[in-house]
Amino acid sequence: MLYFSRLKTALILGACLLGVLFCIPNLTAAPAAWLPWRQVRLGLDLKGGSYLLMQVDMAAVARERLDDLVDTVRHSLLGADIGYQNLKAQPAQNRVMFRLRDPARQDQALRLLREAAASNTPGGRPDLEIAPTNDGQIALTLSTVAMNERATAAVQQSIEIVRRRIDETGVVDPQIARQGESRIVVQLPGVDDPERIKALLGKTAKMTFHLLDETANVAMPVPPPGVEFLPMQDNPKVKLAIRKRVEVDGADLSDARAGQNPQTGQWVVNFTFDSAGARRFGDITRANVGKPFAIVLDNKVISAPVIQEPILGGRGQISGHFEASSATDLALLLRAGALPAPLTVVEERTIGPELGADSIRAGAISLGVGFLLVIAFMATFYGLFGWIANLALVVNLLLMLGILSLLQATLTLPGMAGMLLTLGMAVDANILINERIREEVRHGRTPVAAMEAGFKRAFGTILDSNATALLAHVMLFIFGTGPVRGFAVTITVGIVTSLFTATMLARLLMVRWYAAEARARRPVALPV
Amino acid sequence: MFFRPLFRLAPDDTRIHFMRGRFMGLLVSAILSTASIGLFFYPGLNLGIDFRGGIVIEARTPGPADFGRIRQALSGEHLDAAGVQRFGAANDVLIRLESQPNEAATQAAADRVRRALDKAIPGTKVLRVDAVGASVSAELLRDGILALGISLLMILVYIWFRFEWEFAVGAVVTLLLDVTKTIGFLVITRIEFDFVMVAAILTIIGYSTNDKVVVYDRMRENLRKYKAMPLRELIDLSINETLNRTLGTSMTVFLASLPLALFGGATLSGFAWTMLFGIVVGTSSSIFIAAPILLFLGEHRLRKDSQGVRAAKPTAAQLKRGT
Repeated sequence: MLYFSRLKTALILGACLLGVLFCIPNLTAAPAAWLPWRQVRLGLDLKGGSYLLMQVDMAAVARERLDDLVDTVRHSLLGADIGYQNLKAQPAQNRVMFRLRDPARQDQALRLLREAAASNTPGGRPDLEIAPTNDGQIALTLSTVAMNERATAAVQQSIEIVRRRIDETGVVDPQIARQGESRIVVQLPGVDDPERIKALLGKTAKMTFHLLDETANVAMPVPPPGVEFLPMQDNPKVKLAIRKRVEVDGADLSDARAGQNPQTGQWVVNFTFDSAGARRFGDITRANVGKPFAIVLDNKVISAPVIQEPILGGRGQISGHFEASSATDLALLLRAGALPAPLTVVEERTIGPELGADSIRAGAISLGVGFLLVIAFMATFYGLFGWIANLALVVNLLLMLGILSLLQATLTLPGMAGMLLTLGMAVDANILINERIREEVRHGRTPVAAMEAGFKRAFGTILDSNATALLAHVMLFIFGTGPVRGFAVTITVGIVTSLFTATMLARLLMVRWYAAEARARRPVALPV
Repeated sequence: MFFRPLFRLAPDDTRIHFMRGRFMGLLVSAILSTASIGLFFYPGLNLGIDFRGGIVIEARTPGPADFGRIRQALSGEHLDAAGVQRFGAANDVLIRLESQPNEAATQAAADRVRRALDKAIPGTKVLRVDAVGASVSAELLRDGILALGISLLMILVYIWFRFEWEFAVGAVVTLLLDVTKTIGFLVITRIEFDFVMVAAILTIIGYSTNDKVVVYDRMRENLRKYKAMPLRELIDLSINETLNRTLGTSMTVFLASLPLALFGGATLSGFAWTMLFGIVVGTSSSIFIAAPILLFLGEHRLRKDSQGVRAAKPTAAQLKRGT
């Protein structure tokens, strides 16, 4: 038990050395690019910055798919001149239902719909089931698997769009990640007023071009099929009868820039379509000269200018009472692309740089004072073995930092508290060992036997007591968020490293000390 | 100081008859815990923003804060429900708002407070903004309760696995008593109960278990060692033998938490005071609660095999030789 083979000694010291090496990246920049240079990250609560938690509106994803489906049904059936009634989406059952006016044409209708569905999912399996129901209706039911895939894809795509939008604002080193089923976490270091970013992220920015139904009267209680009444952006009381069919989609834009109209000096957004968009835009404008063409953004009409002449170059301009900032933001949103579903910010946590600096100072002072108190306690009550425990404690701190660097963990304010608590708990193992050795000496054992028994017997207790603390903090990590997770991580790492330093390293040092004393033929009494 | 220990926390021959105070200990603990449960229902915990939702904004004005002006500016933004109070220095302002009817409104309100502040007293620096929507706070509360519940359950299972069931029950009942008292402490001190406090309580649970494991370990060892000793004496002996460990390990964590309470700043001092309270409660409960419970539960079971030889008490010499 007291014998440490060379290999074991080397392994223990090597592990300590490795831990210290892993701390170095925190002190200086990487000397060479190929070196694995991993650092502890500072949490936003220490560095200052903004944390936003956003909820993807999953119901909207499903609703939109069903609306598409309603549109597909309408077009397929109208195209073949098949009459239908009661066409509607039933979001709760994930399906679209309708009734044929002439039941005899059911087979033809089913065939048409299946063709349409297959053409919508090129290569893949159709994501819906089309079947007549018992009461003579036809139901198009979306499969749950397909809906889940779509929802997952929507969140992924949202993350991508959010990233593009934030990159455009020039925030340095943002972190964007998925959380849970339908949430997105955005961390923006150095941002102390996220109002503009919140506004940018809160917009779906789905821009579409539509023709108007000039025969419809917006005073009607219900719009005719295939038409909806949408308000004007700058005057919500004025509504226009917009055909639901999307003629050109903003997704086909290749660029958008804010600019000023040279004649009026008004702020406008100039956009350019990619080749497919330009072709479609050209076709539509050619066929509808003299008619109004509505630009719709997030279900509001920005403007509905009358088409003067065919626009063939794929370039256009949106003018709609913009200011410099709103034109710039709209251009940014159009460049970054539309979100597949609305996003709502559900949580904001912003820490200004002053408070972050205050927190670091408070944490550092507490750590320093706490460390000194613990060291003084161990020295006073345990003498030499206390100092050995203190040395192990320093190594423990470095090991902790090394592992946290390796994990690229985030150090938060509660994390600093966790470090301090770990200091207090790490020496507990040494106290248990020292007390046991002392007991064994009092029972008349020789120093060697007492140390051996002390390490052996105390180890079970140390293991049991740390295992329960470990369990509690793993739970905290699983259920906690943000800064509290930082606390759980530091303490969990600290418990593991302290098991190593308090039992292995401290034991090695104590045994070495004893061996040196014995070799010098001094009468050795354990300092307990 | 460099070689031999200077002091001992408890002399080696300490023989305090802790079990004489077992009824007293349990009674005091029961009263405190019952009172704490009462306090939990009325007036209840001072739930922080994590669990209640809403908006908290901390700002620093250039000069001493003009609260009237800030209130006026806020009511100009139709944010009359805002609580405005001093927070630390004369130019530090804390503004609170309840959570709004929907998520978007909560976020918009936070932005409006920012604007109102900037308009009322230009040059005001916003130090911190927390805006937590109702759905998030409800989830955080659920997660916090789950974290606490599952941890307790896992500790129960672990101790059950490693010790006899009497120990596990004793430990978890004691932990529950510790946790209720900590909650009573939080109600009385009005320390805000945020997720960080769940972390504090979990740490206390983990820590308090450490302490119990140390004492239980010794009891288990002594049960094997002194087959004939009555359980009551055996428990007293075990507590006395481990007194230096119990006090020492508690002292170190206490000393580590103390600077946090004194210098840790607003966020951590509440956490640290709770820790300090929990350490004191956890340490005393190891002695006065966990042990008596074990005595009551185990009086007949843990000593089943040695009923007959109970009369034969070990001599002092036997005690000393031990092993």
